[in-house]
Amino acid sequence: MASIIDIQGLTKRYASGFEALKGVDLSIEEGEIFALLGPNGAGKTTMISIICGIARATGGSVKVAGHDIVRDYRGARDAIGLVPQELSTDQFERVIDTVTFSRGLFGKPRNPAHIEKVLRDLSLWDKRNAKILELSGGMKRRVMIAKALSHEPRILFLDEPTAGVDVELRRDMWKLIGELRQTGVTIILTTHYIEEAEEMADRVGVINRGELMLVEDKTALMKKLGKKTLTVVLAERLAAVPVELAEWDVTLKGDGQEIEYIFDTQAERTGVSSLLRRLGDLGIGYKDLNTAQSSLEDIFVSLVHQEKAA
Amino acid sequence: MSLVNLRAIASIYKFELHRFRRTLLTGLLVPVITTTLYFVVFGGAIGSRMTEVDGIPYAAFIVPGLIMMAMFTESIFNASFGIYMPKFTGTIYELLSAPVSATETIIAYVGAAATKSLIIGTIIFLTAHLFVDVPVAHPFAMAGFMILIAISFCLFGFILGIWAQSFEQLQVIPMLLIMPMTFLGGAFYSVQMLAEPWRTITLFNPIVYLISGFRWTFFGKGDVAIEFSLIFVAGMLAVCLGIIGWMFRTGYRLKK
Repeated sequence: MASIIDIQGLTKRYASGFEALKGVDLSIEEGEIFALLGPNGAGKTTMISIICGIARATGGSVKVAGHDIVRDYRGARDAIGLVPQELSTDQFERVIDTVTFSRGLFGKPRNPAHIEKVLRDLSLWDKRNAKILELSGGMKRRVMIAKALSHEPRILFLDEPTAGVDVELRRDMWKLIGELRQTGVTIILTTHYIEEAEEMADRVGVINRGELMLVEDKTALMKKLGKKTLTVVLAERLAAVPVELAEWDVTLKGDGQEIEYIFDTQAERTGVSSLLRRLGDLGIGYKDLNTAQSSLEDIFVSLVHQEKAA
Repeated sequence: MSLVNLRAIASIYKFELHRFRRTLLTGLLVPVITTTLYFVVFGGAIGSRMTEVDGIPYAAFIVPGLIMMAMFTESIFNASFGIYMPKFTGTIYELLSAPVSATETIIAYVGAAATKSLIIGTIIFLTAHLFVDVPVAHPFAMAGFMILIAISFCLFGFILGIWAQSFEQLQVIPMLLIMPMTFLGGAFYSVQMLAEPWRTITLFNPIVYLISGFRWTFFGKGDVAIEFSLIFVAGMLAVCLGIIGWMFRTGYRLKK
């Protein structure tokens, strides 16, 4: 797959001296769903703002669909639909007017059929003649997505698409993103709901304090950084962890009925077999064994913590 | 995509006119009522004692000044509001992320605001005819002058809208600067009526030249030569365009 967004050495320093981006290199492939994960203030929105033309970069370059975002901004922005994080709408406009306006703003000829399709896909068709101020927050979010899709962009940016959104809309959103992907639209979303990235993304980038800490295939990332938890269900309750098990750093769970041991699947010695051997030596019987993969959230938290510790 | 994003210009222009349409009644009634009040007070009450200025009946004499005053206010208000509101509500993101150039943005916003000013200017002109006979010596020059004034003051308003960071800042320049300058700029009197040193001091007020020029298109004479008036209009256009150009180049208060 060819890359549709090419970011090189992107930096952003605000007038206050704060460095929001410290030299980010990233390449987004056409047709993929890329999730940008990071805590608040990590630089996610700054990065999107620069790519879309809302903020200026201090250094580095960005190419969108082969067009430099500064020299050839028309070509670059033509390809992009943006749904920002904040709910900002023209309150007094009707839904259909504001979506039609967006299409015109992007220089596309009128196409009522496309507008209708977008509104139907977002369950907004019934509300097309309503003023935006009459809509709920979730509906307004849909209007913003409809505006972004009105000019048939090749790339869709969703900045925190499900922040403050009810369960139903979130499910709709996931469905919509899935459908868009079928039509070949590249989607970049930022989120701090890790389940969202886990559910939808092909690749995940983790950004913290203006630095891209890693970019990885989601499955590979989970395999690579994944820790597993071994739960040993004991035959008899233990009052405390026996000193003989101290080197494994296990914890007692479930009223002393279970021992939990977290291990690294990539380590040369996982410690699993030696732990079980030791349990046998101590005469501690067990009824069941269970291992579970840690979630993206655990991976994320450990990455951000490593950074803080360093 | 074509070289000029005409559709974007048309979209913004229509959006802005639509915004005006929503407040059509007050938008048009207010200037008409204000003008009528000025006629009653200045034309009727005071004019009955003054009769003539420069050989022109006083009620007719104030018509160009009234039109100019309304157009200054409306132009600044509409153009500044047009660009300030998207900044305030956050919808400016869409404009900034759209394939629209600075020039296209200005043409659309300033064009829409100037259109409304011209409509209001024309309505006041027609309203004035209900009260008094107003001769127009140079009708084409009058129309041209109105268009130039509408564009210049809308550009000025646009600058104000980008600069302002609060509703208060949006109001302060029109209320504290433009309004007094208009009143002292000969909207209701001829500069010739002033005693020295006020006559000379008044000539430092650029509004004097604008109102005088517009009055010339009506009566064939003004307080200053029409050439000076045209220089001031051209100068104002040039300064505003220069400032806006700089604002877009640097992203001043638009881009982070």
